Amino acid sequence: MTAIVATNETILVVGGGISGMTAALEAAETGKQVVLVEKTAALGGRTSQLYRYFPKMCHPTCGLEINLRRLKANPRIKVLTLAEVTGITGGSGDYTATVRITPRYVNENCTACGECAKVVSTQVDDQFNYKLGKTKAAYLPNAMAYPQRYVLDASIIGTAEAEKAKAACKYGAIDLDQKEETMQIKAGAVVWATGWQPYDAAKIQPYGYGRFKNVITSVEFERLADPHGPTRGKLLRPSDGKEAKNVAFIQCAGSRDENHLRHCSRFCCMASLKQTHYVHENFPEDGKSTIYYIDIRAIDRFEDFYQKVKADSSVTFTKSKVARISLNEATGNPICHGVDTEGYHRYANEHDLVVLAVGMEPSVKGMSIPASVAADSSGFIEADPLNGGIFGAGCATNALDVNRSVQSATAAALRAVQVVNKVARAEA
Amino acid sequence: MSANAQMATKYKNNFLKEVEEQVEMGEWVKMCMQCGVCSGSCPTNFHPGWEHPPQEIFMMIRAGKREEVLTSPSMWMCTSCYNCIVRCPRKLPITHIMHGLANYAHRLGVAPKMQPTRSFAKLFWNNCVKTGRVNELKLSVGLYFKDGLSQGIRNGMAMKDVALGLLKAKRLNPFELFGGHKCKDQNGIHAMLKKARELEEKRKALKAAA
Repeated sequence: MTAIVATNETILVVGGGISGMTAALEAAETGKQVVLVEKTAALGGRTSQLYRYFPKMCHPTCGLEINLRRLKANPRIKVLTLAEVTGITGGSGDYTATVRITPRYVNENCTACGECAKVVSTQVDDQFNYKLGKTKAAYLPNAMAYPQRYVLDASIIGTAEAEKAKAACKYGAIDLDQKEETMQIKAGAVVWATGWQPYDAAKIQPYGYGRFKNVITSVEFERLADPHGPTRGKLLRPSDGKEAKNVAFIQCAGSRDENHLRHCSRFCCMASLKQTHYVHENFPEDGKSTIYYIDIRAIDRFEDFYQKVKADSSVTFTKSKVARISLNEATGNPICHGVDTEGYHRYANEHDLVVLAVGMEPSVKGMSIPASVAADSSGFIEADPLNGGIFGAGCATNALDVNRSVQSATAAALRAVQVVNKVARAEA
Repeated sequence: MSANAQMATKYKNNFLKEVEEQVEMGEWVKMCMQCGVCSGSCPTNFHPGWEHPPQEIFMMIRAGKREEVLTSPSMWMCTSCYNCIVRCPRKLPITHIMHGLANYAHRLGVAPKMQPTRSFAKLFWNNCVKTGRVNELKLSVGLYFKDGLSQGIRNGMAMKDVALGLLKAKRLNPFELFGGHKCKDQNGIHAMLKKARELEEKRKALKAAA
């Protein structure tokens, strides 16, 4: 393990998604030393799991690639993957973070040739595809993973499978003796960018997520649409692999609900509007999307996007929050029940697939940030002078889309830079 | 009058305010965001008489449709299953508001006269406050004869086997028709109800003044 040189002029960035990467890059490009700590095996976070962005419908791989190039070109950033911050002590200008590093069992020699994956036969849940499929127990986290290094799943360590993988590697990259490590990292300021998680849709009992196979979440639908996803980009529904031509989108699935998440998650309206494109593009002749909504919150400049989707004849808008979903046992089709607000008509509409536009829950919620940091009633980090030199960024602070996360991360980087500048002046 | 002022007069109404002051839990009506989950979750499934789902009633209140709301049989159709309360994303006590509206309409004397829930509720209340105990025999006989003498006899005949069975099992005492058993402190019950009504009036007056 390479030693980490960190001082109290270093900025520690926790979380390697789009916000963390941005904060780390912005700070490093002003000349600061940065340590970027990421919990999973690769950078990119949930952004890398998107098929396309709204409103320009471009691919996240493009934006991520730019960021990765900036990262590779910058010697001031040290990236730690499979690493988790377990504690922070000290105060502004003088923090010490404890970081736990989980073994990858693959070292820097890895060329991502993939020989190990060929010989391993054990399969594990594909986390990158929200467990919609399986992956080999020796795997590359995703196609454009940074670092481009394979990972051996901990479940095969100590078995013949691991030995097979080791034997197949021509570069001596597989190291089965790696152990969990703990290290202390000094930092003057901390940017907390641990992002979000989709709200657990199974908790919305009347919608039957988990009971009905053809009720999925918006993040899962994103993986179905992606050519790198479990269905190679075809919109095939989980129960029987049938083409999902008639898709329902249910807005506010968990958001704006005192029984679930009290806040508006902000991105879900735009995400569903975007996903109607996927249906239209996959089935230009007979694709059909229905959006069930309370009100569409396509904020500020996204109004144009909304108007364009509204003009698409394959998309229907029903002003109503679906009350419950039942199942047509014969066809496997989910049936949406409710009453619409424009006329108060009771409906029971059958669809091939229902996509729940699930809300955004901060990852920091319920997890104690290893320092005293203020949070709001939804668990998002609040800007508070008492936070000292710890600054929230991206979805750890609010329900944001990628664009706004990047803005938030840049702002957090600037605040962190101010703190370490102060330290530097005091030490000079 | 300017166009603005005209529109303001058109939309100005005091019914929402009246509901907030007079109807139990009425202050929650303004919180409805018209998502429709209550209506979609209602098991009465728009039976005849269930003209307006709760969500529509809330909108009608806000639109000032006083007569239409208060004379509607809709809120009398509520079976108190509480599905709407459980699912409401804004935690409105919808069941209670429905009962509150029904009660208010009844007190004003504008509730639909032949609504069966209302008839039964009246019968039950008058029956039990009289002696402090529900006289089941009088209650069921009263219910049988609600639509006239001949219908009452027909209803009675239809239930005669059940009545005889109850009689045999000593679960029905025909002498209950004359007076019937009472609670120990009948006057106490009446005094308590009187006091409760006074307190309620006071509370409403306070709300109206606020």
